Amino acid sequence: MKKLQLRSKYTSLYITIALFFLLFAVGSVKYKGFFSLQTFLNLFIDNSFTIVAATGMTLVLIIGGIDISVGSVIALTCMLSAYLLEIKNFNPVLVMILMVLMGAAFGLVQGCLIHFFKLQPFIVTLSGLFFARGMTAVISTDTINIKNKLYSDIANYRIYIIGKSFISIGVVIALIVMLMAIYIAHFTKFGRTVYAIGGNEQSAILMGLPVGRTKVLVYTFSGTCYGIAGIVFSFYMLSGYTLHAQGAEMDAIASAVIGGTPLTGGTGYIFGTLFGVLIQGIIQTLIMFQGTLSSWWTRIAVAFILCLFIVIQRLLTIRREIRNTSKTAVDRGIKASSV
Amino acid sequence: MGEKSYMAKNDIILEMRGICKTFPGVRALASVDFKLRAGEVHALMGENGAGKSTLIKVLTGVEKPDDGEIFLNGRPIVVKSPLHAQELGISTVYQEVNLCPNLSVAENFIIGREPIRFGKINWKEINKRAEQALSRLDLNIDVTQPLGNYSVAIQQMVAIARALDLSAKVLILDEPTSSLDKNEAEKLFTVMRRLKSEGLGIIFVTHFLDQVYAVSDRITVLRNGELVGEYEVASLPKVQLVAKMIGKDLDVLSSFKKGRRAAPDIDQDSTFISIKGLGHAGTINPFDLEIKKGEVLGLAGLLGSGRTETARVIFGIDKADSGEIWIQGKKMSLSSPRDAIKNGIALCPEDRKKEGIIGDLTVRENIILALQAKKGIAKYLSRKEQERIADRYIELLNIKTAGTEQLVKNLSGGNQQKVILARWLVTEPDLLILDEPTRGIDIGTKTEIQKLIIELAEKGLAVMFISSEMDESLRCCTRMAVFRDRVKIGELSGDELTDSTIMKTIAGEA
Amino acid sequence: MSELKDKLKRLMKMRLFWPIVTLLAVLIFDTIFIKGFLAIEIKNGNLYGRLIDIINRASSLMILAVGMTLVIATGGIDISVGSTVAISGAIVVQLLGAGETANTPFYVCIILALLVSVILGAWNGFLVAKIGVQPVVATLILMVAGRGIAQLITNGQIPTTQHKPFSYIAGFLPGLPLPFSIFIVVAVLIIIGLIVKKTAFGLFVESVGVNATASRFTGIAVQRVIFLTYAISGLCAGIAGLMISSMIKAADSNNAGYLIEMDAILAVAIGGNSTSGGRFSIAASVIGASIIQCLTTTLYALGVSPEVLPVVKALVVVAICLMQSEAFHHMISGIFSRKRRLQHEKVAVEI
Repeated sequence: MKKLQLRSKYTSLYITIALFFLLFAVGSVKYKGFFSLQTFLNLFIDNSFTIVAATGMTLVLIIGGIDISVGSVIALTCMLSAYLLEIKNFNPVLVMILMVLMGAAFGLVQGCLIHFFKLQPFIVTLSGLFFARGMTAVISTDTINIKNKLYSDIANYRIYIIGKSFISIGVVIALIVMLMAIYIAHFTKFGRTVYAIGGNEQSAILMGLPVGRTKVLVYTFSGTCYGIAGIVFSFYMLSGYTLHAQGAEMDAIASAVIGGTPLTGGTGYIFGTLFGVLIQGIIQTLIMFQGTLSSWWTRIAVAFILCLFIVIQRLLTIRREIRNTSKTAVDRGIKASSV
Repeated sequence: MGEKSYMAKNDIILEMRGICKTFPGVRALASVDFKLRAGEVHALMGENGAGKSTLIKVLTGVEKPDDGEIFLNGRPIVVKSPLHAQELGISTVYQEVNLCPNLSVAENFIIGREPIRFGKINWKEINKRAEQALSRLDLNIDVTQPLGNYSVAIQQMVAIARALDLSAKVLILDEPTSSLDKNEAEKLFTVMRRLKSEGLGIIFVTHFLDQVYAVSDRITVLRNGELVGEYEVASLPKVQLVAKMIGKDLDVLSSFKKGRRAAPDIDQDSTFISIKGLGHAGTINPFDLEIKKGEVLGLAGLLGSGRTETARVIFGIDKADSGEIWIQGKKMSLSSPRDAIKNGIALCPEDRKKEGIIGDLTVRENIILALQAKKGIAKYLSRKEQERIADRYIELLNIKTAGTEQLVKNLSGGNQQKVILARWLVTEPDLLILDEPTRGIDIGTKTEIQKLIIELAEKGLAVMFISSEMDESLRCCTRMAVFRDRVKIGELSGDELTDSTIMKTIAGEA
Repeated sequence: MSELKDKLKRLMKMRLFWPIVTLLAVLIFDTIFIKGFLAIEIKNGNLYGRLIDIINRASSLMILAVGMTLVIATGGIDISVGSTVAISGAIVVQLLGAGETANTPFYVCIILALLVSVILGAWNGFLVAKIGVQPVVATLILMVAGRGIAQLITNGQIPTTQHKPFSYIAGFLPGLPLPFSIFIVVAVLIIIGLIVKKTAFGLFVESVGVNATASRFTGIAVQRVIFLTYAISGLCAGIAGLMISSMIKAADSNNAGYLIEMDAILAVAIGGNSTSGGRFSIAASVIGASIIQCLTTTLYALGVSPEVLPVVKALVVVAICLMQSEAFHHMISGIFSRKRRLQHEKVAVEI
């Protein structure tokens, strides 16, 4: 494949972007009314919380970890917000701040368990998933509708861009978070350390980088993202419900993987993740326009594409490994006998 | 930043005195001294268990010495961590080039010390500095590309550039040429010579004999954790160096034949395995080999000469990318251990702990495992049968265990080795490959194993025997293939099987 | 006296000791604090009672735990079992139809449901063993997509069925006093037990879990072994799915097996199996499943709201993992040795 020999850093990113435009083109051709700016903007509006969550997930994947507690933290955030707003009559701004802090605390605890006690990320975050889902139901098994004025105002507010086309405040939040994450990833020492650890943790340690601190901080950062995603989600849904955001973890992971972040870590572009989210959104839109397929097909289609990307990534990795062993072979005799 | 301290040549930059380090059950270093002068390339050499790696780990702060002192420029220092070592001016470029292949060249060069302007990393300046540093080493590449896109040779240069930028006074190169070809190694030597002319002190840890002589000024030899001596390269001929590393006094030996096996009657037509041009890129160059039934073929050579790699490619762990294997006259493709085992080959690997024993399983389970794997999932050996086999081999090999149900991880090293040996003998192989089977084992058990190997060969088993101990090899082997620097350079048999001939062949002076 | 101590020590070392003791402790607690806990009565020739109830509900969990034990033993994980449960139930109920007579022959429905479950498990096994995807991600895909598939099978509805033989699965087979689910569990345990103990499969699974590299060098077909564990886990989930949908005589694609993955993993961990793989004991996991069910019943009976359970379970899993973690041991022993050292210093000063 010529593309492989191109060896550009951005190859997979280009493929993802191309795929998105391809899908958009297909929809425009097939369905009347598809081709409009609002259709494009709706992708952002309907998936703004996924953009935020997937941004956090991207960094976790880059460092070589995994976090499947996403959906549950979002649901917990929604439910807790609804509870505090409607039942305890908290100030809405205070609630928002508390939710961000809660997300951060959640991530911090998970990060500490993973790093200091060397527990496997999947089991820690799986426990996090159940803990958060459980707490959501503990707060209330019934739906709590958010009637708070600030929240509904924010939810209904339309920011007009061109003519009648608009976006929501949630989109603005999502884009701000995304830009901040890009800045952190590419222009701060913390971000570069994340990439370094994902590339080769042993090397990072030997180079004297603050590996432990960074690992804990990454999970804290992603937890914060999930808290923010929860806030955005609560604007979108204006309710707390135990089954909110089910499967959001797969959406987040799929967005990152389709966007070019491999599960093995070391590389990844948050900008690519954005397109991963958009691709998921467009699949959902296509299905909606089609009219007859149930919305469950979206999940299945996304799962299928995720599988495809994972398999391709694995095959590429295997091919790269074979190519590299002929050049970077390590003398096993020496290693085994190091006293 | 990178201020070069111009020391007068031959001033001692680094001195280690009386360094001792003991790990549980193993005495790694016993009062070792080491001196490094400014402007010299000082090779650190030693065989298995000599203590090279430990000495370097002590110097770089990975391990703390139990006793001894380190002086840098005359001042006593205590190295607390790898980061601290870097700050003191002791930089290391590791064998595996411990950088991050996913990051750009420039980033690997600078990471940890990125210049920040207005709260954000200044990439333009980083790229500029990296380019400048690399061009000093005669390397002009695109520093924005991921490091992994470049060959190991170039990656190493980046690692060296990074080390120098950290204002190194002492540069440690740990097995830098393991993954380089001849031209790349030459380029590295050119850089080393230039650096040493600028007053840098370089510690060159390696086992490649020719390279040591090509670029080093002095050599320090360690053996069994002790200092054998420090020598000037110009006044130490290769053969003597080999002798000092292996532990033989060359003058005494000559053609002393004691302990060598009488050549047994081997049926010339009973070739079990015939190998032509088998090689695996990067680990072992194509070689020819033939082993007959009843033979014990030894692989001789220094550490890292490619013997283990030879075993691995024959056993199918590494897939050969050239050559052919013929077993009992039939051409075979051995692309996995299962293939090799099906064809009657068995391997006792070098790294007992990682590749040999299944620690949490019992002695019985470990012993019958290979046979069971051969029989498949369905045909399970009955418990009684398993115990019978296990008991038989525990007695046969004199394995000291509290019964068949003891967990293998609780046995001593020697007995673990015997369990692995038993495991393979149960499968009644035609070719048994033993990679350092007596390493780390007491004298008594060593002798037992050696006797067993000879007995098995006499019964018709073909054996490939890899050992770093000359005595042992001479006692057991009827023929030897000699390896150096990943190439098979020759074979010795009959009267040629003496310490001195072997060492001369290794050194290239036979 | 010391002979008794020795016997006790040896008993404690037995792998099933602590799980059994825990189970007995919970049962004793229940007997004391819950009125009529041990009461069993016979109605229409069938046994009823709290205890019978526990066993009935625990059976699906036990079967899931069996499959999960094998997967975890090789160092993997399967978080898709809940979705497979839903799919299995969806297939069988959808095919049976709403009435008392089956639209499709009963046995065909059952076999199809189980077949699909095995295929799903095999799919997971393929991703993990052959492609090399991390187990958690590979099974996460099915975990999320699976419920969608189940919804598609039932057309987004919650189909019900009145087919009598189907209800026997979670109820009573005419003529047998004990709940049928017990027989299913026993059958599964016997079959899997035979596979694990009477073939080399159990040995190979443990070997791979302890040291996959050395296992490969010994000639074990590591990929095949790992693949089979996921296939078996799929089958177990399928069987559990039949039992769970039979209990409500319906297929609820959203709620069937919801969060049951945690229970299965917890059962394996409580039983004393290591979550990172190696030696395993299916019996221990089964006892673990019983403990979980007893605890659940206890908490319900004490008036604790059921929503708290996932939270408690999550905390217990983390606690068990911590206890298994070496880093945790170091920290604890570090604290104690410091105390001891301080005590020694105090003594030394006093002398």
